[in-house]
Amino acid sequence: MSLSLTVETFALANGLRVFVHTDRSIPIVAVNLWYHVGSKDERPGRTGFAHLFEHLMFEGSAHVPAGAFDELLEAAGAVNNGSTTPDRTNYWMVVPTGALELALWLESDRMGWLLPATTQEKLDTQRDVVKNECRQSYENRPYGLAWETLLAALYPPEHPYHWPTIGYMADLDTAGLDDVRVFFRTYYAPNNATLALAGDVDVETARPLVERYFGAIPRGPAVPRPTPPPARLAEERRVVLEDSVQLPRLYMAWHSPAFFAPGDAELDAASAILAGHRSSRLYRELVMERQVAQDVDAFQNSGFLGSSFVVVVTARPGVGLTELERAVREALASMAAAIEPRELERARNHLETSLVDELQSVAGRADRFNLYAYFTGDPGYAQKDLERLRRLTPESVRDAVRTYLVDAPAAVLSVVPAGRRDLAAEAGTGR
Amino acid sequence: MWFGTACGTMGTRPVAPIGGAARAAEDWDRATPPVVAPPGAVTLPAVQRHRLSNGLTVLIVEKRRLLVVDARVVIRAGAAEDPPELSGLASLTAATLEEGTATRSALEIADELDFLGASVDAAATWDATAIAMHVLAPRLEPALELLADLVIRPTFPEDGFHRKKAERLTSLLQERDEPRAVAARVFAERVYGPEHPYGRQAVGSRDTVDRIGRDALADFHARHYRPGNAFLVIVGDVDAATLLPVLERSFQGWAPGPVAASPPPDAPTAAPTAIHVVNRPGAPQSEIRAGLVGIPRASPDYIPAVVLNTVLGGAFTSRLNLRLRQEMGLTYGVGSRFHFRLGPGPFVIATAVATDATDTAVAVIRDEIRRLRDEPVPEHELERARRYVALGLPRRLETTAQITALVAETELYGLGDDYYADFVDRVLAVDADEVRRAARALLDPERLTVVVVGDVARVEAPLSRLGLGPVHLHEVP
Repeated sequence: MSLSLTVETFALANGLRVFVHTDRSIPIVAVNLWYHVGSKDERPGRTGFAHLFEHLMFEGSAHVPAGAFDELLEAAGAVNNGSTTPDRTNYWMVVPTGALELALWLESDRMGWLLPATTQEKLDTQRDVVKNECRQSYENRPYGLAWETLLAALYPPEHPYHWPTIGYMADLDTAGLDDVRVFFRTYYAPNNATLALAGDVDVETARPLVERYFGAIPRGPAVPRPTPPPARLAEERRVVLEDSVQLPRLYMAWHSPAFFAPGDAELDAASAILAGHRSSRLYRELVMERQVAQDVDAFQNSGFLGSSFVVVVTARPGVGLTELERAVREALASMAAAIEPRELERARNHLETSLVDELQSVAGRADRFNLYAYFTGDPGYAQKDLERLRRLTPESVRDAVRTYLVDAPAAVLSVVPAGRRDLAAEAGTGR
Repeated sequence: MWFGTACGTMGTRPVAPIGGAARAAEDWDRATPPVVAPPGAVTLPAVQRHRLSNGLTVLIVEKRRLLVVDARVVIRAGAAEDPPELSGLASLTAATLEEGTATRSALEIADELDFLGASVDAAATWDATAIAMHVLAPRLEPALELLADLVIRPTFPEDGFHRKKAERLTSLLQERDEPRAVAARVFAERVYGPEHPYGRQAVGSRDTVDRIGRDALADFHARHYRPGNAFLVIVGDVDAATLLPVLERSFQGWAPGPVAASPPPDAPTAAPTAIHVVNRPGAPQSEIRAGLVGIPRASPDYIPAVVLNTVLGGAFTSRLNLRLRQEMGLTYGVGSRFHFRLGPGPFVIATAVATDATDTAVAVIRDEIRRLRDEPVPEHELERARRYVALGLPRRLETTAQITALVAETELYGLGDDYYADFVDRVLAVDADEVRRAARALLDPERLTVVVVGDVARVEAPLSRLGLGPVHLHEVP
C-alpha cells in the first residue's frame, strides 16, 4: 500500500508557503490555512486569547462586511470552520470548484486586512459566545473540567501546556482591542502560515490566484516562540476532583516524546495495545473479564513542545478507582516485560486504517499537508508516516512503555461524585 | 472552535495592509467579491444492483482510489419494532452480535477484527439496524466473512449478554449527567406521548432494558434478520465481478424466511404548546429543545422542509444562529433539523444558552417561527439557503462512508435509484411561496413542545411570564 500523494509546493515573497494537491474526482476544493500559533503562545494571566481571536477571524475584514464571510460561502454551497489547539490554529473551507477564488479572497482579506474591521462590539459579542462555548463544552458537562485539571497537574504553572486552550474565563475579561492588534501583528502574518489546496485544482491555476490575493500582504516580523525547559514530573502528582457525575473516572498522564520524535509512534502503538480496541489488554481485562470498568481509553496526545500519554478508565457502579489504577499499572508493567508480535500487528493495522481514513477526503488531506509541514517540515510526509508505523517492533514498543510510563511518575486525577472522595485512587498502588 | 459573522465596518477601497511594509497597491478592486462560477453537473455514484441466491439485495459502488471499503448490512427493522415494555431491544440485539457466533467467541471476534484493522459498528436507529464494517481494501475478504458470521450466526451467549446489558444499564445511568441526553429524552416523551414508539429512546430506558432477557434478543434476530428483509451496501476499492462470488460464499448460510413487516408509526395527536423544565440546580446553562411532530422521509414536502429548515436553523447564517449567537452572544450555537424517518419524526430546535437568557432564547425561537409563517423569506436569503443545500451535494459524495450512507438512505426509504439525479434542480426550484406554505403546514407555534434542562429556581418565573403556555416542572428521569 502506498500513501504517496503528490504535493506541489511554492512560496510567495512574503513567506507564505503553499501546498497544492490535485484530485479531480469530485468538483470541490479544500482550502486549509494553518497559523503557527496556539494557546502555547499565550502567557499566564492572558490565557484563551488565541481561541478568542480565532472567533474574530469570521467577523469580517476591511473589504468583507460583517456577516458576509459566512453568507458568501454558504450561498456558494461551501462549508467552513476553524479550530484552535495548544499548538496551532487552522481555518478550513470546502468549496465547489467555482468558488475557489471567492475562498482565496475571503481568506486573504482576513490575513491582510482584519484590524480595520475589528470593533469593541465584535470583541464583546464573541467573548460572550466563547463563554457560552466554555459552559456548554466544559462547565455543564460531566467530567468537563477533568482535562484542564489533569494538564494543570502535569505541567508547571509557567509551562505553555499548563492552561486549557479555551482559557480561564477571568483572563478573557481582560482582553481588549489592543491585545487583538498586537496578537494579529505578531502571529497572523504570511510567514507564520501555510496554505494547502486539495481537490479539483492544479498548481498552474492556484499559483496566480494565490499571488493575486495574498501577494500584497507584507511579511511580518520574526515570530517569537516559547522555549520552556522540557517538562518533567519530579514525583507523582495526585488530584481529586468532585463533579456532578454518577461514576468515578480515573485519568493518568505521563510526559512523553514530542510529535514525530523517536518514541511517539511507539506510544501510539502502546495506546492501542493497552486500550481502545476490544482485544486491547485493559479492555479485555477490565471491561470484558472482570467487568469493573464501563470503558477504557488510552492515547498519545502528541504535541509540539512534548506529548502526554493519557489513560482514562470509568468505573462500574460500586467500584473504586484504587483498584483500577492498580490494574492500569499492572498492565503497563506486563507490557514493559513483553509485547506479543500479534498484538503489535493488531495495533499497527488499526493505526494504518486510521491514517488512510484521514486521507480519504480532500479536507483531510489538506489538513494533513499542513500538519506534516508544521511538525516535520515535509507536507508530503504521509508515506513516511506509514513507514514509521512499519518500523515498530515489539521490543521498541516495550522499551518505550518502560522508559516513559513504568519508570516515570504520573499525574493521577480521580473524578468522583460529589461527596465521594472515598472512591478516589489512593497513593501507594504504584510499583 | 466554531465559526462566525457580525456587525462592523465596510470597506469600499483597498486599505493598506497592517504591518506597514511598502508594496505597490493592487491594481484591482479588493472590495468586489470574485464571481462564483456556476457549478458543473454532479456525477452521482454508479450503483450496481445485484441479488444473491438467498434473495439478499446487494448494492455496489466501485470507488477505486480510496484504498478502503465500507460494507453495511441494513436490516429493515429497528427500534420502532421494540415492544413498548422492552424498549431498547433492537439496539441491545445489535450491540450483542459481537459477543459470539456459532464458530467464534467474543474474544476471537475482537482479535480477528483488530488483526484486520477493521471496525464493526452495529446499531439500531428507529427504522433499521445497520451492521457497518470499515476495512482497508486488501483485507476485505476475511472481513466480509466475519461480518456475515456476525449477522447470520450470533449466539447471544449468556455471559456476553449480561455484560452488554450491564454496560447499557450503566450508560443509561450516566445519561443523567448529560443535559443534552436528558433534554432529548424528555422532549421525545412530551412530543409523542408514552404510547408512540418515537416517544421512547432507541437505547431504551433503565426500566425496559432491565426487563430484557437473552431470549428476546435471539427472537428479535430470528424474526427480523433475514436476507429478504435486508440489503447490503458495499462502497470502495472493489471490483463487483470478483466480489460477487465472495459475497455469495460469505452469505450463503443466511436462509430466507418469513418476514414480519410492521407499518411505520402514524402521527400522534399534537399537544398544545407547553414548557417542561427539568431541574438541574446550579446549572450555568439551560439546555433547550423546542419542536413538534414533523414529516416522514418519503413525504413530498421533504425538499421544501429542508430549505425551510436551512433558513431557520440548519446552517451558520440561519436566522436563529444569527440572532441568538451573532447578535446577542447568548449561545455557542443553535441548530434545527427535521429528523426524517419512516414515520413522522420530530422537528427539533436545539441550543444551550446562559441561564439568565433562557426566556429570551425561547421567545426568539417563537418569534422566528411566527415570522416564517407571516412573512415571505426575502429572495437573497432564500437563494442562499437553496444554494447551500443544492450545491453542497457533491461534498456528500466523497468518502466511502458518505456514499454508503447516501445509498443506504435511498434504498431504505424507497426513494428510487435516480432520486438524486434531479435533486439539485428540485432544491433550486423551491420558491418563497412554497417555503411559507411549508412553514404554515409544518411549524405551528400553538403546538410547540419546549423542554428546558436547567436551574428551575432561576428560569421558571421568567418562562411563565412569556405566556407561551403552561410551565411544568420535572426531575431528571
